[in-house]
Amino acid sequence: MCRLFSLTSSVPISPMRAIEALDVMKEGHDGSGIGLFLTDLAGPFQDSKHLPILSGIFTQSGVLRMEEFMSSQGFTPQYRLTLAPQDTPPPGTPKREVYLSQVFEPPSAWNGLAQEEREVLLTKTRLALRHMGQAEEDMVVFSFWPDVLMIKEVGDPMEIGRYLGLDREEVYAGRILAQGRQNTNYGINLYACHPFFIQGVSTMTNGENTAFVPIKEYLGSQGVPGYEGYQSDSEVFTHILHFTLKGLGLSLEAYKHVITPLQDDDMNAHPDRDVLYTMKQACRRLIIDGPNCVIGCLPDKTMFMVQDRKKLRPGIVGGRPGLFAFSSEACGLDAAIPERDKTKDFQPMHLDTAIVSPDCQEVRICRQTQPLPHLH
Amino acid sequence: MPANTAITPSTLSQRDLPWQIDWDIQTCTLCGRCTAVCPVNAIEFGTFRKRTLFTPPLGLSDNRSQGLQHKPSSSSSVYYGIRQRTDPAYACIGCAMCNMVCPNNAIRPVKSESTDLLRFHRDRGGQPRTRGGRRNSGDSVLDQIKFMRISMLTDPALDAGRHEFELRTLIGRVLPPAEALKTQREKGWMPPVREIYPLMIGSMSFGALSPNMWEGLQMGVAYLNEELGMPVRMCTGEGGCPPRLLRSRFMKYVILQIASGYFGWDEIVHAIPHMKEDPCAVEIKYGQGAKPGDGGLLQWHKVNQLIAAIRGVPPGVSLPSPPTHQTKYSIEEAVAKMIQSMSMAWGFRVPVYPKISASSTSLAVLNNLTRNPYAAGLAIDGEDGGTGAAYNVSMNHMGHPIASNLRDCYLNLVKLGKQNELPIIAGGGTGKNGNLAANAAALIMLGASAVQIGKYVMQAASGCLGSEGDRCNICNIGRCPKGITSQDPRLYRRLDPEQVAERVVDMYVGFDTELKKIVAPLGRSTSLPIGMSDALGIADRSAAERLQIKYVV
Repeated sequence: MCRLFSLTSSVPISPMRAIEALDVMKEGHDGSGIGLFLTDLAGPFQDSKHLPILSGIFTQSGVLRMEEFMSSQGFTPQYRLTLAPQDTPPPGTPKREVYLSQVFEPPSAWNGLAQEEREVLLTKTRLALRHMGQAEEDMVVFSFWPDVLMIKEVGDPMEIGRYLGLDREEVYAGRILAQGRQNTNYGINLYACHPFFIQGVSTMTNGENTAFVPIKEYLGSQGVPGYEGYQSDSEVFTHILHFTLKGLGLSLEAYKHVITPLQDDDMNAHPDRDVLYTMKQACRRLIIDGPNCVIGCLPDKTMFMVQDRKKLRPGIVGGRPGLFAFSSEACGLDAAIPERDKTKDFQPMHLDTAIVSPDCQEVRICRQTQPLPHLH
Repeated sequence: MPANTAITPSTLSQRDLPWQIDWDIQTCTLCGRCTAVCPVNAIEFGTFRKRTLFTPPLGLSDNRSQGLQHKPSSSSSVYYGIRQRTDPAYACIGCAMCNMVCPNNAIRPVKSESTDLLRFHRDRGGQPRTRGGRRNSGDSVLDQIKFMRISMLTDPALDAGRHEFELRTLIGRVLPPAEALKTQREKGWMPPVREIYPLMIGSMSFGALSPNMWEGLQMGVAYLNEELGMPVRMCTGEGGCPPRLLRSRFMKYVILQIASGYFGWDEIVHAIPHMKEDPCAVEIKYGQGAKPGDGGLLQWHKVNQLIAAIRGVPPGVSLPSPPTHQTKYSIEEAVAKMIQSMSMAWGFRVPVYPKISASSTSLAVLNNLTRNPYAAGLAIDGEDGGTGAAYNVSMNHMGHPIASNLRDCYLNLVKLGKQNELPIIAGGGTGKNGNLAANAAALIMLGASAVQIGKYVMQAASGCLGSEGDRCNICNIGRCPKGITSQDPRLYRRLDPEQVAERVVDMYVGFDTELKKIVAPLGRSTSLPIGMSDALGIADRSAAERLQIKYVV
């Protein structure tokens, strides 16, 4: 089962800290890969926070094709960070040519566009590159979004972290999601590696989503750009969250009601039962059957953890004001933030969503039986 | 038989019949119960004359044969026994009621080992055979499907006995999420949706079933709902509904069917102002599995005073429904208008959906419904459906099996992105070989939101004697030996409604356990695994390709 670790910090920190926590939890993953989502970036990326960053792995010819394509679309390249390690990759890790993170200035024609239109165009650009790369096998694109870096690779997390030199300050970030991959039911594929990302929304999951196929079929048929791929059963969690926030205009608190609606007795006693009944019926296809623990980050840098209804997967939240971590194992949390007050650690149960807001001051617990925040 | 007796082309010997009576003279007590209970008068008391020839034995004492001195003599005796009639009109149906009532097991029907010749003579007078019941084919693709996505690696199986399960389904049109929330926020009209148990008792009309059977089913359904919290629903079939039930609080557990004969709808329409509860739903019947393209037919045998009164017709006449709704011009128009009118009759508070035979036009009807905001679902009845009268040829050779038809419809909805909006109710052959939970789960994972059963309920809840070996099959002529499909009080008094209710409850609770045993190892507990086709496998490559499930051997 995959191991998950995420950090939310008021000061940028190195992703190696999350990777070290994964290393402590090593007995739970087989070292078959690592995925990192970094946002609230520091260093050189801080100066261009509003500009989209393309993250992916390319061959030399893939870079050329990418540049050609981006240029044809009117994008102007800005700051570029490449990780091109010289030494031999660790065992099990293929030798790649370029790990690229490139900032782009969008075409001037986008200036008058509404935010939503820009977001769709960014997604479509990423998808176009992904499709081109899948055809020629020369690029793998993880994200194309302002203030977001994504790095994924096959192999042992710690060794890859050292190999890629992820302790450099350029990749320091305030919010980090890290997954240590346990390759299970599906083939090894970089697109199958968590965290998954769409339009500022990112999640990662352990366990197995047994409702994957019907949910995938539903999402895939909604005509939303980006609801595709599905190399992993966990990718749908990201898209359901995106659907909840952007498609339905609901808040994070509603996510739990979408994926694991209340059962009859609790529902009847709930002050928002009418809305919740409607949601339960209309979003029935999006009910996850778990067992899963989901950790994610929203576009506003809020981080959270939820459990499925069965609560058969571990998950713990803890920390101190200014630095909190969400971990699939307590030992990972101990390794990353040993100085915290452990009595305040929280393990969400089947009704809870644990939330740390962007101010990073406390862990807020939202229970499904509580009233929903006012819907706008 | 004298040699010069007229032996006509349709004179049959006992050997030519599909079922032969094996009667044992040694154990028979001649009590007469078997002949009294036989629903088709296939057996009768017979007086037999037996001649015994006496030949004196050979004597060897005086070297002369005694037998040669005395002539052989003969004597006649008379004995009584059971005779099987060989007239095709009275052929044994193999129901074995004779055996059931025999105190000594002295009599039983035996299935002929060779092909019977009766089948060539069943259309005497130019009237082809009609029968109720089943296709008489034991084949079922559903039985070959295996559930195989059992994860032992990352996730241990759930405990079917102790885990919580919420295996409910929705009947009614479900709006797309964004639209549903908007409608809810703006307090607009929300199509009615009912949360029900996924196994429904399909349409078997009050005219087709005996009053005792009906009462038993209704009592069982009420108990399941009110005592066990299982929201089981039962459909009425064409022919109306008893007035007392229409006005009772139990109406909410009933799905009313309106078919092209409109039988019984006067009574229902008159009861609307007095209804304490809305019905669960209204089903508009366009077709049924056993006789696609035919209308319904309640033969005159079953139209007694009570049925005639409820249906608003004279007693003792056959009641055929036309194959189409005669007031409508086309299926598109019929679907639109009927759904609209029925919805309107209950103030748009009741889901209304059509039921059609699984056929090559199922997809067309489905596509029609997806664009109709008032359509609440689609019931598809595969070729194995039906209890009422149908011609032999319809039942055996017409229609579309349910599995592929359902799958096509579901995948069509997936293509449209509407798979959670329009529930598909599948029926026809579910549990025909006794594997109810496995068949139902397979249909659900192929895309059905709910499954309906008819024959299985009759077999399990009231001991219907029919089997897939052409046994019994006389539901249509009102002589059901168990009193399930008879309107003759002498027959239906055999059936105790209380016991039927008890068996209905047993059956559902048993089904529930088995369903959990299937879904728990697949890791599903909080939602019905509709469309979970990745869990299904079949050892038939063509079937796997056709159903888009895994091919496994």
